[in-house]
Amino acid sequence: MSALVELQDVSVHFPTQSGVVRAVQHVSLEIAEGETLALVGESGSGKSTLGFTMAGLQKPSSGQLAFDGRALDEAGWKAARRQIQIVFQDPFGALDPRMPVSDIVAEPLLIQRIGDAAQRRARAAELVAQVGLPRDALNRYPHEFSGGQRQRIAIARALAPSPRLIVADEPLSALDVSIQSQVLNLMQDLQEAAAARGESLAYLFISHDLAVVNHLASRVAVLYLGRLVEVAPRADLFAGPAHPYTAALLAAVPRIGRSRALPAQAISGEMPSPLHPPPGCVFHTRCPRAEARCRTEVPALAAVGEGHLAACHFPLTGGEA
Amino acid sequence: MRRFILRRLGQTLLVLLVMSFVIYGLIGLMPGDPLDVMIASNPGASPEVVARLRVIYGLDQPLMLRYAHWLLAALQGDLGFSRTHSQPVLVVLAPALWTTCKLMLISFVVSVILALGLGIVSALRPGGWLDSLISLAAFAGISVPVFWLALMMILVFAVELHWLPASGRETVGDGSLLDVVRHLIMPVATLALANTGGFTRFVRASMIETLRMDHIRTARAKGNGEGRVVLIHALRNAMIPVLTVMALSFGTLFSGALLTETMFAQPGMGKMIYDAILSNDFNLALVGLLFATLITLLSNLAADLAYAWLDPRIKL
Amino acid sequence: MQDQAIGVWRLRWRRLRGHRGGMVSLLVLGLLVLFVLAAFPLQAITGIDPDATDLFARFDPPSATHLLGMDEAGRDVLLRLMIGGQISLLVGLLATLLGGVIGVTVGVIAGYFGGRLDGALMRFTDGMIALPLLPLLIVLGAVDLTKLGFSSEFAHSGAAGFWRIVVIISLVDWTSIARLVRAATLQIRERDYVRAARAAGASAFYMMRTHILPNIATPIIVSFTLTVGRVILAESVLSFLGFGVVPPTPSWGNMLNNAQELVTTAPALAVYPGLLIFITVIAVNFLGDGLQHAFDPRSDRKD
Ligand SMILES: Nc1ncnc2c1ncn2[C@@H]1O[C@H](COP(=O)(O)OP(=O)(O)O)[C@@H](O)[C@H]1O
Ligand SMILES: [Mg+2]
Repeated sequence: MSALVELQDVSVHFPTQSGVVRAVQHVSLEIAEGETLALVGESGSGKSTLGFTMAGLQKPSSGQLAFDGRALDEAGWKAARRQIQIVFQDPFGALDPRMPVSDIVAEPLLIQRIGDAAQRRARAAELVAQVGLPRDALNRYPHEFSGGQRQRIAIARALAPSPRLIVADEPLSALDVSIQSQVLNLMQDLQEAAAARGESLAYLFISHDLAVVNHLASRVAVLYLGRLVEVAPRADLFAGPAHPYTAALLAAVPRIGRSRALPAQAISGEMPSPLHPPPGCVFHTRCPRAEARCRTEVPALAAVGEGHLAACHFPLTGGEA
Repeated sequence: MRRFILRRLGQTLLVLLVMSFVIYGLIGLMPGDPLDVMIASNPGASPEVVARLRVIYGLDQPLMLRYAHWLLAALQGDLGFSRTHSQPVLVVLAPALWTTCKLMLISFVVSVILALGLGIVSALRPGGWLDSLISLAAFAGISVPVFWLALMMILVFAVELHWLPASGRETVGDGSLLDVVRHLIMPVATLALANTGGFTRFVRASMIETLRMDHIRTARAKGNGEGRVVLIHALRNAMIPVLTVMALSFGTLFSGALLTETMFAQPGMGKMIYDAILSNDFNLALVGLLFATLITLLSNLAADLAYAWLDPRIKL
Repeated sequence: MQDQAIGVWRLRWRRLRGHRGGMVSLLVLGLLVLFVLAAFPLQAITGIDPDATDLFARFDPPSATHLLGMDEAGRDVLLRLMIGGQISLLVGLLATLLGGVIGVTVGVIAGYFGGRLDGALMRFTDGMIALPLLPLLIVLGAVDLTKLGFSSEFAHSGAAGFWRIVVIISLVDWTSIARLVRAATLQIRERDYVRAARAAGASAFYMMRTHILPNIATPIIVSFTLTVGRVILAESVLSFLGFGVVPPTPSWGNMLNNAQELVTTAPALAVYPGLLIFITVIAVNFLGDGLQHAFDPRSDRKD
């Protein structure tokens, strides 16, 4: 498995007037060529910040990023820009209201100086068809489209320079449930189409909802208060979560085929503020299994199974979950 | 609070320092130089003499150096000598400062009172005929050239009707209180009218905003939803931004005062600065401008402090 | 392809038409423009030289050839009012544009880059706002251009007087636009479409030109309108005090140069130019109000 993107000990801190917000803390993570890595966590856990970092919108305060084996420094980013694109949560803010769709979709090409104007127009037309929009959409303006259609336009824009990674930051959560599965299917189709062409398209699919993730993720990473608490292949994670936080998230997801005998693990209280993250394990303030050690010692991300990592002093074993 | 005041005071001084340099530099760019008068009174002076004079007066030195000398002297209280008045600048400026402050303060109070009345009446029935009328008048107030308003006042009340004196601070040989007041009426009215328009629009907007919010609040609270209570309550809330804007308008007020003084021949700072620039009285112009800047900066500072003090949401 | 853009403007036009003050001002401004432009045919037909003085015709009352009579130097008042209006309006527009360019540049840069640069620029802007502007304008107006290295010939030409006032007013009156543009830029900067372009590697210049400026055009237009009114007032004051447009070139401000004398001898001459300034500025301000109404999406709620 060759890593497309590699994060090494990445932290992102925001100095603010009331103190330093530790949005992302010491995250190490890989995304493989062509895979879909789901990044889940509560609102405020740092998902967007991590996604923005991978899309080059946010400089990490410390740590390294690499793309395709090459460090993402100034020069590295120049080369990687067209390979990494982003799709946002709110389809209404994602499109410039003063641009016709053809310009919006072709924008990354224009910025990257790919092709001439005619070629870019042709590519825009091709993309609009590919994401399932009518051809006449090209000459219309964003406000004429519904939320789902706008998200398709945003996806078409992300696809324009044929990227190898698309960071999708909760691309479904602003959409109607009936539309969500359509967009989800579209994203899956696009991935398969890329593979069929001999290219590859990987997703970092951000979501606060584990249920959505189950449909398309190959692997799942769980973030809590800026820390990566668990990473596992999707099936493993759903079958046997090792971190109590993941277990609690899963318990909240109604799903067929899972053992009903799930211990009541609903977590209480709210996530602490990233201004003052708790010492030791960040989850100990809400963890039903927390012990003295958890309050002082930060657990390292360690293997609990094949490709299955968890940051917990007392990981759950298969029998418990 | 203490730290806030100190920091703002520091900023004010910094702006004043920067401005003193800018103005010093600009004054140097005005036509003529301080030697012209000496040369004019002694046309026979040879070029060598002139050159020596330049050295003696330090005019051959670079701007920065001259400014540093001036600043050093100024900090020790030596603000120089007014050429046209043949007196130390401060002696000339002190009475003028008083005249201007008097004019500005009286006009300010008059226009605040007017604006509060008109703005509240307007805000009670937005869109009504009274509101439309007041809005029109307010627009007229912000759109009229102050000097022309003064001119029209003179035309009507002094030239045509002979009700009021057209210029000066008092009639020579009279100087009674009534006489002084009669001389003040037109300048004050001009300056006040010129400011009332903007103030009124602001009071109106602020009142409508708070009334809208307080309306809902009182409707929820029910009970003694007396209109009067609402009004007083709303007025207090509406006053906070209004006061700030008013205090922040001291710069505009000073500009208006300069015109008013010039038009009505009032011996204030504005007229003094204007005359000083016209007659190449560099020292007087320089210090006068700095005083004007200082007054405006201090009133802005006062506005900031008042705002912080009035608005409980601001924690210092 | 443009129809949607036109749609927005058509909607705004409809809202503006519903704003009585705005429409009346538009009409008044149209008439004013016609009035000042009428100088060309008038001059061509009558052959009057607006600058030619005739000391035997001082303060001549209105006649068939000189509809508004003669001024204190025996020049045709009507023609000078028209030409002076051209100058005053032109100064108003040009200084607003130039000041607008300064203000928009400062505002966009401060808002887009943020941080220290923003802090420094806004501190500077606040400092400018705090200054008593008229004395500063007078000093700037008094600056001897030859000391700045301009030739004496240019320094005393009419063109120098004209451009000097355009430049100094724009140097002073850019602050409100800068603050407005900064605030608007701060909002747009955080929009996802700006982020998307940034992720694609767009330069700051591309971002400002393509995404930010078009999306903040509306408040800029309103603010420009209000600035025109302020600038015309400033020009009239400076020219009146003798630091602006210099005679023989007329402007509504400098036609009042001798106003104090005129008030007693020929009051009408003191009334006309000021009245024209007043009408122009009030119309411009009402138009600004109307535009604000027309551009504000909330004003639809009343319909
Ligand atoms: N630019 C910023 N400045 C300060 N704090 C920020 C900034 N961006 C995000 N944060 C904070 O970082 C934390 C993580 O935010 P985010 O990454 O948006 O979380 P998520 O996407 O998981 O909801 C939040 O507490 C948020 O308030
Ligand atoms: Mg988010």
